[in-house]
Amino acid sequence: MSGGSVEPKRWQDEMYDELRKANVTQFCYVPDAGHTIIINRSLADTGVHSIGLTSEEEGVALLAGADLGGARGVLLMQSSGVGNCINMLSLIEGSRFPFLAIVSMRGQFGEGNAWQFAMGQAVETVLSAMGVICLKVDRPEDVVQTIQAALTMTFKSGRAVAVLLCQKLLGAKKF
Amino acid sequence: MKNEPLAVQKPLFTLDRAKVVPALVGKPDDFLIVTGLAGAVYEIAALTNHADYFYGLGGSMGAACMMGLGLALAQPKRKILVVTGDGELLMSLGSLCTIATVNPPNLSILCVDNGHYGETGYQRSHTSRGVDLAAIARGAGIRRVHSVIAEEDVAAGAQMLRGDGDTCFVLASVKPTDGPKGKLNLFGDECRTIFRRALLGPA
Repeated sequence: MSGGSVEPKRWQDEMYDELRKANVTQFCYVPDAGHTIIINRSLADTGVHSIGLTSEEEGVALLAGADLGGARGVLLMQSSGVGNCINMLSLIEGSRFPFLAIVSMRGQFGEGNAWQFAMGQAVETVLSAMGVICLKVDRPEDVVQTIQAALTMTFKSGRAVAVLLCQKLLGAKKF
Repeated sequence: MKNEPLAVQKPLFTLDRAKVVPALVGKPDDFLIVTGLAGAVYEIAALTNHADYFYGLGGSMGAACMMGLGLALAQPKRKILVVTGDGELLMSLGSLCTIATVNPPNLSILCVDNGHYGETGYQRSHTSRGVDLAAIARGAGIRRVHSVIAEEDVAAGAQMLRGDGDTCFVLASVKPTDGPKGKLNLFGDECRTIFRRALLGPA
């Protein structure tokens, strides 16, 4: 590199790069502001399938099908989408499918929309009850090592893991 | 395919699933097969003699079509067949929309519609009260859709399930009866391991 300052990589880009390094090729999501960068990266990447869903539970089943075929995927969703997945997570638990979700949290630190609290505050309880291990991230500098840990736990050890991108990390939406 | 209003169509729910489903599926090992719970899983378990190219659900109602999509994208060189029922599909209609937007050419969906929830005591489903799942599939944007309502519709349905080009959806309207009821392996983790080992080799 010759001279000039190099823009630090956004943590969202680092997260995407880690997923691609681990050979994740199916990205599925219900559109969400918190996941904009990673969704757009997947849309621009000819090496992956970028799949918009009508409801988050579709993504749980999609990832199970991907695993049957030897592929790896990730479900990107907002905390409110976690509730839509509950019964479908029985598929993951019952058949021991590896499962990786990245959840952008609402209803937490500085939330200004009262509607978001019920599901946001229940996310960890609900996911834990269905056998999904939650890894919380509060600080940008912890993102990469957390996603690396989640990828190892999911695809080497065959666990179900959700990385929770907390509102302190994402910043609360203004109301 | 003509889009006729229901009123002028042939009578629904008259075909015998024990004859129609094998005729539509043909040689099952041409496919990797995912089935929904209840009627579909019993039927395909019997038809394939519990083969290792078949993964059937014993729960998680509504998962079959999206599992088929994930598998189709992971295995683009193989033909994927999803077999589901009216009850399972009614619980996951959004899946048809999602699948249509992706439109993998190697994915075929067969819905065996007996108009009832057989597993829970034969309560009527919405399809016996006027809901047309083939029309919904068309409306979702699935490009190739065919209804098998009478004997003369079967050959075109079988051909469509094996055809190429776009994801297809075939609806088979059958009498309100069960498929053949044999034993099922309800341990999903075993079913997953058997399927993956056969397709991908040792883990």
